[in-house]
Amino acid sequence: MNAPTGLDRPSSGRRPLIRVADLVKRYQDRNVLDRVNLAVQPGETMVIIGGSGCGKSTLLRCLIGTVQPDGGQIELFGRNLADLDEAQLDAVRKRFGILFQSGALFNSMTVGENVALPLREHTDLDEDTIQIMVRIKLELVGLRHAVELMPAEISGGMKKRAGLARAIALDPEILFYDEPSAGLDPVTLAEIDQLIVGLSRKLGVTSVVVTHEMDSAFRIADRMAMLDKGVMLKVGSLQEFKDIRDGWPTGDETNDLIRQFLRGEDEGPITRRRQSTDYEEDILGTAERY
Amino acid sequence: MTPSPDQPGLIRAVGARTLGALGYAGGMALLLGSTLRWAFRGIFSPRVRFGGRALAGQMVRVGVRSVGVVILVQLFIGVILALQLAPTLEDYGQVDKVANIIGTGGFRILGPIITAVVLSGFAGASIAAELGSMVVAEEVEALEAIALNPIRFLVVPRVLATLVMMVLLSVVADLMIAAGGYLASRVALGPQAYVGYFKHMQEQLRYRDFTTGLIQAAVFGLLISVIACHEGLRVRGGAEGVGRATTMTVVYSIVAIVLAACVFTVIFYVFEI
Repeated sequence: MNAPTGLDRPSSGRRPLIRVADLVKRYQDRNVLDRVNLAVQPGETMVIIGGSGCGKSTLLRCLIGTVQPDGGQIELFGRNLADLDEAQLDAVRKRFGILFQSGALFNSMTVGENVALPLREHTDLDEDTIQIMVRIKLELVGLRHAVELMPAEISGGMKKRAGLARAIALDPEILFYDEPSAGLDPVTLAEIDQLIVGLSRKLGVTSVVVTHEMDSAFRIADRMAMLDKGVMLKVGSLQEFKDIRDGWPTGDETNDLIRQFLRGEDEGPITRRRQSTDYEEDILGTAERY
Repeated sequence: MTPSPDQPGLIRAVGARTLGALGYAGGMALLLGSTLRWAFRGIFSPRVRFGGRALAGQMVRVGVRSVGVVILVQLFIGVILALQLAPTLEDYGQVDKVANIIGTGGFRILGPIITAVVLSGFAGASIAAELGSMVVAEEVEALEAIALNPIRFLVVPRVLATLVMMVLLSVVADLMIAAGGYLASRVALGPQAYVGYFKHMQEQLRYRDFTTGLIQAAVFGLLISVIACHEGLRVRGGAEGVGRATTMTVVYSIVAIVLAACVFTVIFYVFEI
């Protein structure tokens, strides 16, 4: 099988909404992202999975423009981010929304004021209209009753919902989610997943979700992409990943690594890689020195 | 980058320190430049909203809350000045000049500089801690992601508020130093010191004594807030990073204030302002 490129041949003739080509990001002397390729089609939910430190958070931050890559290209809405000046980048930012891991609400404002902020700053709507829209967005995430509360007064799950309401304030075309399930109990987690799927259907948004919560991933994904140590191992449909998860180990290193991750098993290529190979020498060498 | 074995460690250390300091100063200068740019756009461009509410909130937080401390501290500074100067002045039979010296010293430099040191805690440390916590909580990144410039939103109100409040508080400080000196004179130094105290002070002071003090106060305010915002926005690493930023803000602010005061003093001295 050819090495996966993640770049779809446009069989449907549709241009990818997000396109990542040969993305490289270095941190000190390590390649956090190593020639990553990815394409996300309009309307789909792409879930990016991988272990801790695989680079998925960095990838997300490159996509939203808060981290500059060291090589490669990122295109959103057909525009290369590196070509844009600050004003143009801002114009692109108004077309997507992002839910940060902890919600990232502004702690000095109420929930309602948080959601209203993008509307106040980027539109000419009058205050009454803004208030109505704030309540509409909060209703979509089930938080209309919290409009006057401060972020410190609400739970973690509610903070995420509020962050989501703020992310959809300007009716974005893309929604990014950074570990939406982090720190949530199973029930709230399932509710957030439903929210993600529901928003995707109701608003027709394209969703990019970064997570390592596999139950969540399989619930919400149309397509998935797996990163490992900065390398994009595979991009494929939900069914392809289900086949790997439910199938037998094939002996192919990449396939088995993905399989171990999807199944959450404690034995496999990932574990073997982590184990030190010179344990005896290290111990005995230390013993000899003394 | 490993040093060659014959490269003395001292040179490397000095070089690294110098480059680090230059880099820091450069970063601060960039921040100051961006802040001024956004501040002017806020005043002159109709499309960039100024955030009057944010500015007012910051002014309360920086200034109104620190008035009490400033009054107290400056009152005692006045008392201290009077009692320290009096013995020497008495030797020359000039203890009536206490008012003159306190007026000149207080208005020209002590009012602004002591107030600035107080505010490096109230304003500087507090701003650094607040911005640092926001960075850790991803709030600053969230601002960027919704296309709102953090400098415009967070830095400009804080810098302007600190600048305005430093000037206003320095006026209060000047008055309090004068009052403290009078108190000490009345209680301890005898009629030669306190009779006509304020008249002497008024005769001694020129407008430029007052205005040079306020110019310095404004510059101190600028330094404190820009350092605080710079440190706060650069935080990495959670609570420890925030703590470090807070501490360094106070340290750097005080050093910067004193250096700036020295530069001003020399300039005023040379040009006899």
